[in-house]
Amino acid sequence: MLVKFQSLLALVLLCFLLGVMTDIFFTYANLINVMRQISVNICISVGMTLVILTGGIDLSVGSLLALSGAITAGLLKFGLELPFIDTFIGFTLFGAIMAGIITGTSLGAFNGLMITRFRVPPFVATLAMLTIGRGLTMLYTKGFPISGLGPQFSYLGTGWFLGIPIPVWISLIVVAIAVFITNKTRLGRYIYAIGGNESAAALSGINIKKIKTMVYAIAGALAAVGGIIVTSRLDSAQPNAGNSYELDAIAAVVIGGTSLSGGKGTIGGTVLGAIIIGVLNNGLVLLNVSPFWQQVIKGVVILLAIIIDKYNSKSNG
Amino acid sequence: MLVAKNISKNFGGIKALERVNLEIDRGKVNAIIGENGAGKSTLMKILSGVYADYEGDIFLHGNAIRFLNPRQAQEAGIAIIHQELSLIPQLTITENIFLGRELTHYFGGLNQKEMRLQTKKLLQRLKLDLNPDTPVYRLKVGQQQVVEIAKALLTNAEVIIMDEPTSAISDHEVEILFRIIDDLRKENKAIVYISHKLNELFKIADCYTVLRDGKTIESGEMHGVNKEDIIRKMVGRNVEIVGNPIANNFTDDLLLVKDLNLKISGISKNVKLSDISLHLKKGEILGIFGLMGAGRTEFLESLFGMHAKDSTGDIFVEGTQITLKNPSDAIRAGIALVPEDRKKDGLVLGLNVKNNISLTVLDQIETAGILSEKKENILADKYIGELGIKTSSKKQLAKNLSGGNQQKVVISKWLATHPRILLLDEPTRGIDVNAKNEIYKLITALAKKGLGIIMVSSELPEILAISNRVVVFAEGVITAEMPISEAKEENILQAAIPRSV
Repeated sequence: MLVKFQSLLALVLLCFLLGVMTDIFFTYANLINVMRQISVNICISVGMTLVILTGGIDLSVGSLLALSGAITAGLLKFGLELPFIDTFIGFTLFGAIMAGIITGTSLGAFNGLMITRFRVPPFVATLAMLTIGRGLTMLYTKGFPISGLGPQFSYLGTGWFLGIPIPVWISLIVVAIAVFITNKTRLGRYIYAIGGNESAAALSGINIKKIKTMVYAIAGALAAVGGIIVTSRLDSAQPNAGNSYELDAIAAVVIGGTSLSGGKGTIGGTVLGAIIIGVLNNGLVLLNVSPFWQQVIKGVVILLAIIIDKYNSKSNG
Repeated sequence: MLVAKNISKNFGGIKALERVNLEIDRGKVNAIIGENGAGKSTLMKILSGVYADYEGDIFLHGNAIRFLNPRQAQEAGIAIIHQELSLIPQLTITENIFLGRELTHYFGGLNQKEMRLQTKKLLQRLKLDLNPDTPVYRLKVGQQQVVEIAKALLTNAEVIIMDEPTSAISDHEVEILFRIIDDLRKENKAIVYISHKLNELFKIADCYTVLRDGKTIESGEMHGVNKEDIIRKMVGRNVEIVGNPIANNFTDDLLLVKDLNLKISGISKNVKLSDISLHLKKGEILGIFGLMGAGRTEFLESLFGMHAKDSTGDIFVEGTQITLKNPSDAIRAGIALVPEDRKKDGLVLGLNVKNNISLTVLDQIETAGILSEKKENILADKYIGELGIKTSSKKQLAKNLSGGNQQKVVISKWLATHPRILLLDEPTRGIDVNAKNEIYKLITALAKKGLGIIMVSSELPEILAISNRVVVFAEGVITAEMPISEAKEENILQAAIPRSV
């Protein structure tokens, strides 16, 4: 099964309740709005799913999102000045975006290297990257937003294609690729094998270090994609963008039924988890629930999801 | 003393036990015999309070009892040593032994000194020469088992249930265990002994109960029955035992190991292999016997590229020298290793049968970077058929298979790499008699096809049953080598016993 039946049921129930309790939940404009809001979380959560499937965790995605967004915005607006050799490099739209994605990917790969070569536990390695990434963002932006990036760039975050916002398209493409990788490629199979039993995977001749490094690099790349979407939508790179996004991503993965100990879970489940969180956020806003209560309710939903999951796996086994 | 009457237990509609009767006597070793899935483990879990939900009655000293949890069973004097080790790897031997019953001073502080002392005494009694402060994860499986036994001994239980206590320990340790069991019997305790190894039962047990398909087949005294009787009762039919192998003249060189040296030094793990040289021919089964700590497992691991940093020596496959930096190098050179602990190192239990089989050869079932489900199915069907793997489907999770079938899945995933050399480390550990025979037949058939096989085993009958040639390890050196025609239990054991003890 692609997704867990009870998560789907929960989502349907949630939508039904919101449909009854509010007039605008089931309007085209609102539903599209929800999809656009969760598109960034979906990109990050997909990377997080791969990491968690190997038995790891990545706390640095929020910071990498901010840094990649800032680099893209900065290069686009100011270009790159190299004072020592008295050179100036201007960046095209494509070049700036690539530079942002390369930033996310390489720092993600750096996480992977720390974890595989120096045996730093994933929690610690990525926690360190969380502050390093945030610090680098502050250094690069000097603490101020970089705004006014031009209509071409903001099309990515605000544009439409075939009646659907561009960020939703991007997240759909990311999900499609990830579903393909996890189900149909060697990399995907190795990810499940490593998370299920690392020692057996190593003895089967799988290069554990390489696969894990790749997975953290992918998580970094997807954080960068999220960063570019956020920056483009606001037409501005905020130094504190993406703060605590890693927690929303972990929540989506967990609600989606992926085991934190690795080896078990699906991309489909994570997408559903992200949608549940998005719909919940949207519904609570529509119902005028105070933001403070929104946080409490979100926490309770995460707990419920885990408890139901544990209960189910017990009664099945 | 302990009587179970008409015990039935269902698991979701499947009858695990059906009106089983059992009588356990004081001062006797009571053997429970049956194939995997016969219901032995379920029955023991009921007796030890793990399952509180069952039909039937249990009487202890004539009083009806019903344990709601393992704690109550322990307090009533029933201790169980589970087949699956239940130690906590990060804690030390002492901490594990006293877990849940720590000794304290008046003010609630832990009495480390006394616990340490008692642990030391227990370890001495079990002849396990280890520091009580050693964390359990540093111990080999066999040593951990001995710690489990020490843990049960501490409770001064009246009834001690041992579920496959010798499945992972060497003959040397089995001797020690039997001496302890004998002492306990003299102290008028009741011992329940579950084992697949029939030879053991004839050595140690006084009476037996045979279970088959969740029912009691027969109970009786050990003397008065022989091995064939018991096997017939277990399986309900006669089992053909694999015939004696011969020392054929194998001619084609396959593997040559010259002066392999290995040194792993750790706090408690000190393994050394010195100047190991041996050869293997095509179609030959080489049996390696050795006691715990002889370095047998580490030798196989070295041949599989797992100790590249700690070892030196020359390895030739079909005349070409090879360098082994990691398992991938070994696989490329045509070497495959079926590891000792199939659940820990062999299988990804959460993946299904076909995913496990294809794990070593995913590059071969790819088309343009995409895994072909069709090719994977063909591969899985091939080995499920050839090896007779009993599974409800190739999509069944590996963890739901019996031990014998799990082992066949591990062998399949290695055969899929088309190895020239197959290394087997304790290939039939924890597998029932019937499945063992199937594995033996399989190994023999593979050798006939021209594979060279090195089998490490701590079960002498197994070595003698299928090897063409026997090599004995003791304390990291080869102490004997003989063709099967000259191999006898006595001379193998003699060579295996450490000189330094």
